Amino acid sequence: MFEQITRGSRVKSPWLLHYDCSSCNGCDIEVIACLTPVYDIERFGIINVGNPLHADILLVTGAVNHRNRKVLENLYEQMPHPRVVIAIGSCALSGGVFREAYNVVGGVDKVIAVDVYVPGCAAKPEAIIDGVLLGLEKFKKLSNNWRGVGGIFREAETNES
Amino acid sequence: MPVSTIPFGPQHPVLPEPIHLKLTVEDEVIKEVVPALGYVHRGLEKLAGTRDFHQMVQIVERVCGICSMMHAMCYCECVEAMMGIETPPRARYLRLIWSELNRLHSHLLWLGLFADSFGFESLFMQFWKIREKVMDLQEATAGNRVIVSVNVIGGLRRDLSPEQQQTILNILDRVEDEMRLLEKPLLGDYTVMKRTKGKGIVSAARALELGCVGPTLRGSGVAQDMRQLGYEAYGDLAFEPRVEKDGDCYSRLKVRYREVFQSIDLIRQAMEKIPAGEIAAVVKGRPEGEGLARVEQPRGEVFYYVKADGKKYLERIRIRTPTFANVPVLLAMLPGMCLSDVPVIVLSIDPCISCTER
Amino acid sequence: MRAETITPDQLVGACARMKAEGFRFVTMTCTAMDENSFELLYHFDKNLELSTLRLTTSKDSPVHSITAVYFAAFLVENEIQDLFGLRFPGLALDYNRTLYLDEEIRDAPFCKNAAAEKNTAAE
Ligand code: SF4
Repeated sequence: MFEQITRGSRVKSPWLLHYDCSSCNGCDIEVIACLTPVYDIERFGIINVGNPLHADILLVTGAVNHRNRKVLENLYEQMPHPRVVIAIGSCALSGGVFREAYNVVGGVDKVIAVDVYVPGCAAKPEAIIDGVLLGLEKFKKLSNNWRGVGGIFREAETNES
Repeated sequence: MPVSTIPFGPQHPVLPEPIHLKLTVEDEVIKEVVPALGYVHRGLEKLAGTRDFHQMVQIVERVCGICSMMHAMCYCECVEAMMGIETPPRARYLRLIWSELNRLHSHLLWLGLFADSFGFESLFMQFWKIREKVMDLQEATAGNRVIVSVNVIGGLRRDLSPEQQQTILNILDRVEDEMRLLEKPLLGDYTVMKRTKGKGIVSAARALELGCVGPTLRGSGVAQDMRQLGYEAYGDLAFEPRVEKDGDCYSRLKVRYREVFQSIDLIRQAMEKIPAGEIAAVVKGRPEGEGLARVEQPRGEVFYYVKADGKKYLERIRIRTPTFANVPVLLAMLPGMCLSDVPVIVLSIDPCISCTER
Repeated sequence: MRAETITPDQLVGACARMKAEGFRFVTMTCTAMDENSFELLYHFDKNLELSTLRLTTSKDSPVHSITAVYFAAFLVENEIQDLFGLRFPGLALDYNRTLYLDEEIRDAPFCKNAAAEKNTAAE
């Protein structure tokens, strides 16, 4: 019962965590622009949070480098199951123009599993909103099928509430 | 009182970008600050070895998505000077217009984030709402909201039609009106003053000694603005740097707020004087020798050094961005301040980490 | 570009002179000339005029840090330590080559003989 309520409310109002891995800022400010009155992603019940323990959706912008790779892995680890990762911008997809640079590992999918890819340099806010909604669909499916195998899900759940 | 160390960042709600500060605090007062960078370092300067000097324009644009236009402009100026190319007068005016649009959106972005840093969220939303108008202008004129990729070596890739010029002017009138409305809640508000006045003070002498640039320097009473160099069309227009005396967060806020109107004014002046004609010069040959160029970005002076030996690839390109120069002064501002003032002070230099580390 | 050529021993003195004359430290540029020698440029600004000091050095002869004169130089000196492997004794805040780079990249990427551009292949 309790599990069902949490599950339902998480789908209705997913919380979003944004992490910037060596992005040029272009995609970052577009992500923030999505939160402001003109694009207003909050109308979908989405709120931007700073704490990975509260987040359901992880938005990543920019190519991964050797140092922030650890931060990204860490954030991803802390997020409760099920979770959806959305990569935003050419950099996050493949490394973009920085692909050949010595300190760049590559796209986000080199480090963690990505569910939705939003292309563009910089990705437009419309595209980002579209991507987030696609991610939400997936999130819905994931949570319906999720039975907390091995207790990971349950544990995360109880910690959170 | 025992001393403790508090990490600030790299993932922090008020900072859109990852910077890490190790704060040593005694009680709630900051004793020492050590920054840790490297979360955004990509190694762009090295890419000069694999991209030719025309392609580098696209790379330097992506040093920073907020002032992309000015990075490209500075790089082009530098290479043009090395190759002895004279850009057509119309191109010089167009570059000015686009770079002032860039500055406008950057300052509006900062005003919003700064308001957010002391928890004034509705003001944040207001500024970003105004900013969207400028973003729309950039998209309508250049085809991309953020990376305004209009520069090529020798001039520009795009022109502004008379209708577009008129649209820019019309929309800027609206932006100006809305900005005037926000003057009272921003500069006259008791809470805002409480949070910003007397915080993070640097004197003019100290700022110069620490190599500080841009609005941070002008907020301390030094009238230095690279636009005084008269690059592009700035030499033809009436221009006075905006200066405030106190050197605290409130002064820096005021400088940037007033620069918004200055940018609008510069665009209007440029629109009046813009000559007709070509927008790009013919480029032949390859750069050789060494070149330096400086441009005033929203955050301050950007410095480009290019070295080439007549080959397709440049030998060295060095970019010193404004935030890089402002980090030392940030370290001087923080000690003695309260822990809760850290976000406000850090944001008051308008940090752009992706510039800093490239 | 005008530049005054100096030797590494004159460096700190020359910077102190610049400071006394009221110059603002802009930045430093390092360029690898060949496998072992580097060219360092120190840029200063006064009243919108740039002046530059130029010196050449080699990998095994460290250049004294100027952070005692211009504290602002600490970031750029650390950056050069990271990217070129050149050392600056006397650095006020020494990151010991970890300002930008992590263990994955240990050789200086900007040197002429630097290993392949990329360590972790992007296939
Ligand atoms: S995709 Fe383009 S705009 Fe986005 S972070 Fe990368 S370079 Fe910047």
